[in-house]
Amino acid sequence: MALQSLDIKRRSATTTPSPQARETLEVAKLIDVSACIGCKACQAACMEWNDIREEVGTNVGVYDNPNDLTAHQWTVMRFDEVETDDGGLEWLIRKDGCMHCEDPGCLKACPSPGAIIQYSNGIVDFHEENCIGCGYCITGCPFNVPRISKQDGKAYKCTLCSDRVAVGQAPACAKVCPTGAIQFGSKEKMKEYAETRITDLKERGYDNAGLYDPAGVGGTHVMYVLHHADKPALYHNLPKDPTISPTVSLWKGITKPLAMAALGAAALGSLFHYVMKGPNEVSKELEDEMEREDERLRALEKEDAK
Amino acid sequence: MTNTWSDIKNADVVLIMGGNAAEAHPCGFKWVIEAKKLNKAKLVVVDPRFTRSASVADYYAPIRTGTDIAFLGGVINYLLTNDKIQHEYVKAYTDFTFLVDDNFSFENGLYSGYNAEKRSYDKSTWQYQRGADGYVLTDPTLENPRCVYQLMKKHYSRYTPDVVSNICGTPEKQFLKVCEYIASTSGTGRVMTIMYALGWTQHSQGSQIIRTGAMVQLLLGNIGVKGGGMNALRGHSNIQGLTDLGLMTNLLPGYMTLPSEKEADYRAYIDKRAPKPMRPNQMSYWQNYEKFHVSLMKAWYGKAATADNNWCYDWLPKLDKPHDVLQVFEDMYHGEVNGYFCQGFNPLAAFPNKHKLNTALAKLKYLVIMDPLATETSEFWKNYGDLNDVDTASIQTTVFRLPTTCFAEESGSLVNSARWLQWHWKGAEPPGEAKPDTEIMAGLHLHLRELYKKEGGAFPDPILNLDWPYKMPHEPSSEELAKEFNGKALEDLADPADPTKIIRKAGEQLDGFAQLRADGSTACGCWIFAGSWTQAGNQMARRDNSDPYGDGQTQNWAWSWPANRRILYNRASADPSGKPWDSKRRLVWWDGKKWAGDDVPDFAPASAPEVGMGPFIMNPEGVSRFFARDMMVEGPFPEHYEPTETPIDVNPMNNNPQAIYNPASRIFKGDLENFGTSAEFPYAGTTYRLTEHFHYWTKHVHINAVLQPQQFVEIGEGLAHEKGIANGDQVQVSSKRGYIRAVAVVTKRIRALKVNGKTVHQVGIPIHWGFLGQAKAGYIANTLVPFVGDANTQTPESKSFLVNIEKI
Repeated sequence: MALQSLDIKRRSATTTPSPQARETLEVAKLIDVSACIGCKACQAACMEWNDIREEVGTNVGVYDNPNDLTAHQWTVMRFDEVETDDGGLEWLIRKDGCMHCEDPGCLKACPSPGAIIQYSNGIVDFHEENCIGCGYCITGCPFNVPRISKQDGKAYKCTLCSDRVAVGQAPACAKVCPTGAIQFGSKEKMKEYAETRITDLKERGYDNAGLYDPAGVGGTHVMYVLHHADKPALYHNLPKDPTISPTVSLWKGITKPLAMAALGAAALGSLFHYVMKGPNEVSKELEDEMEREDERLRALEKEDAK
Repeated sequence: MTNTWSDIKNADVVLIMGGNAAEAHPCGFKWVIEAKKLNKAKLVVVDPRFTRSASVADYYAPIRTGTDIAFLGGVINYLLTNDKIQHEYVKAYTDFTFLVDDNFSFENGLYSGYNAEKRSYDKSTWQYQRGADGYVLTDPTLENPRCVYQLMKKHYSRYTPDVVSNICGTPEKQFLKVCEYIASTSGTGRVMTIMYALGWTQHSQGSQIIRTGAMVQLLLGNIGVKGGGMNALRGHSNIQGLTDLGLMTNLLPGYMTLPSEKEADYRAYIDKRAPKPMRPNQMSYWQNYEKFHVSLMKAWYGKAATADNNWCYDWLPKLDKPHDVLQVFEDMYHGEVNGYFCQGFNPLAAFPNKHKLNTALAKLKYLVIMDPLATETSEFWKNYGDLNDVDTASIQTTVFRLPTTCFAEESGSLVNSARWLQWHWKGAEPPGEAKPDTEIMAGLHLHLRELYKKEGGAFPDPILNLDWPYKMPHEPSSEELAKEFNGKALEDLADPADPTKIIRKAGEQLDGFAQLRADGSTACGCWIFAGSWTQAGNQMARRDNSDPYGDGQTQNWAWSWPANRRILYNRASADPSGKPWDSKRRLVWWDGKKWAGDDVPDFAPASAPEVGMGPFIMNPEGVSRFFARDMMVEGPFPEHYEPTETPIDVNPMNNNPQAIYNPASRIFKGDLENFGTSAEFPYAGTTYRLTEHFHYWTKHVHINAVLQPQQFVEIGEGLAHEKGIANGDQVQVSSKRGYIRAVAVVTKRIRALKVNGKTVHQVGIPIHWGFLGQAKAGYIANTLVPFVGDANTQTPESKSFLVNIEKI
């Protein structure tokens, strides 16, 4: 979604400097997992505000529906049943979606100029008109968030309602959340508010309650209050110390200038492809490569979870 | 609700039991989160399943479905034996000291007066002892073994923690932990609220479960105070309005009651409903019944209602028997009903035993459906394969489908659980030929009236004389109807204290029900709504959310019945001398001359504390009742009975075969054979709602269907292992009445319980699917539910019945 180019501080695969005439407030969405009841009002609001609809799916034995993030479902609730040491049970419910990293791996990995941008308020946004559907953003994302559309081959994810935020409105999910589990404001205010929640949780016996704002990605603009901040993996494999994949860093550091030329050709190729055959396909090799990378990432996450 | 949604934030302990507010009332649930955040409140959840409410609770305890009286009876016993009650409160504000008839008794599961053949009681001994002056005898020392306190203590002494655990399957340690949380509010400085819903009502002893909860709250002094109360969370956005306006078959608007066919005499009808005080100086507010009744008849029949014709009393229908939904379908099943109007109601999905309902509907000559959606009931005749396997060719019922508007397509008021009448404005034009229900009903009325005029009929008077003063007779507006419910003066009304002063001129809207009169000078369509649309305008449309006391009472937001009062029985928030029990929680108080407060006092405004009037002014006793006298069909004290279909075959509280399940529930001939046994159907089934859906409506909406697309049932890991069922497998769940097929969700959230030496597994059955809509087609869950209701209200026992489950 392209809005307020004056506030764009970073563009993918671009060397021209960003505008600096004005500054915006750094924002954050805070998801208080301890107040979330998993009602999915946020999912419904996301579909409505962004005017996207996933198909009616199936039940595969869990409450998570749709079963995963898709090009049409930018946030999903993840439900995890965790047995506690004293024989009790916790049903941990986490709203999954883009974390809007301060140091966004997707943007770093993206070879298409201006397909991924970051606003000075911290929001990381995809500009699909520039997206070539290579899937490198998925490789670059430590949270496994972007999804390629089967319809147009482009990558999609939560925009943190950058269009709403640009006009002083909270994201749709925060607006509808009935329990106030989703809060939105300046990152500073959100951290202050998180402290009050963490104090409350500690008083209730959650000694390891804390804020999830991982340093490995420069902090995030979507943060969680967790009862078990020491074990984020309990919450559907939320990585404990997410970092950008070494391949992406390598790509960024040494090989990018070389590969850029090659990808430029690929982009041109995909343009011809689009003209000749329509938008629906991503090249087989690219797909295979993406899948291999995804698998590697999942393996990494599992290790993190342990 | 005795209190309000926004008042929940004032609680110190929130007990959710018999409901799942986070799931079924997510918007209201925010006040629980507020209580936790702002008030450091503790949330305790007791439920057969670890629910979404439990996911944010401080403490969760499991319970076997249908055993809540045993659990709460155990809590009563805990509070009494550990002296965790608010002594002054119970002594002054309840019937603790009242003496009970010497012949009243309870033995081996039955109260005195039981008739096994009729399955009902002669309730003549369920009464107080009376003195020569007619007043109830009391013993302020509480030592008399016949006083309510002593009888109650004895009754619940049987509910020891091990007995509770044995019946409920709740581990004793966990039961005691819940008791501790509850007991922490026995002092005046801490308060608990109870939030419940259909998880308490949909049992054959549902009303008694709710009474037991209320008894716990009374012992703790938690009724009438901020952050306390018994808070029923209604299952529909306007179901409170439905009961308020008397749409139950035995009710008139404002909880007045229809006469029975034995009540031919008007005066006797009124006198029976306007009881004299049972103790000195008590108000017994229902003594005003005739004022409300006459005003109602004036609203209905206008000038035709006169003192000479007893305000058209003879035109009121007189009940020959109850005509609740179960009874009507029973009659329909036996071919005794020709036509049925189904207005905003989908009984094929919402009522028990789909097979029986299908058979009943097929015996109708005609069925009229008024609904915004294509309901399953409207297509009961159509074969949908296994989902609705009927022989269409043999069904001769004519079905008329009249599309109505949805709430967003009309203006009007909804009454929420907190008794707030909130006006809303039309947001969109209805599609196609959809019309408001009022317009359809008006059209029918006017057409029928013409027919009666032309052709006469057996009894045309009530139709021909119905007052119909609307500007556009075919389209009475919501505004006109709302004004009619509020009521108006028909003549100039003189001030009773000063007859030279006119308080309301003829034709003016009334200010409240205190202005209603029994002489025909006022008209009022629903006395409890008086004050909602006054001369000052539509009070329901008020949108000032300022909260000057910071306690969530928001007196200028919408309008709350009665009299814009937000917390019922609020006189009980002050001690007998009129001083708030807790200065931090003050609500109303005696200021030396009158009752004042943050809320509208629920009391005689000028009755000084010395007079000794009790806070429960609707009761002729002036106090609240632990001993329900003859007002409940199965006994004055709630007693544990097993669900009609019990997984353990016995009632561990007695060894009386007549008292295994509710001995006074109504069981139709033929349904007994339709009850299953634990040998054939070993598991306890329970139905419920999911947050992603609203009843059988939202499966018609794409977004909701995406969020919860396909029918499933939930079972614990133990049962899954025993039956070889893996997560995501297709299973068949069957009861004596039929089967459904769904995906199995295998979960740690439902655990096997140890009950009476047996392992009891529970099967959770969400209700939202059917053969129509955008979600994946599914089976109607109520196919499985037995055709039996709560013995007092006839609400179906959808929460506890027996099933089997097999992998397919």
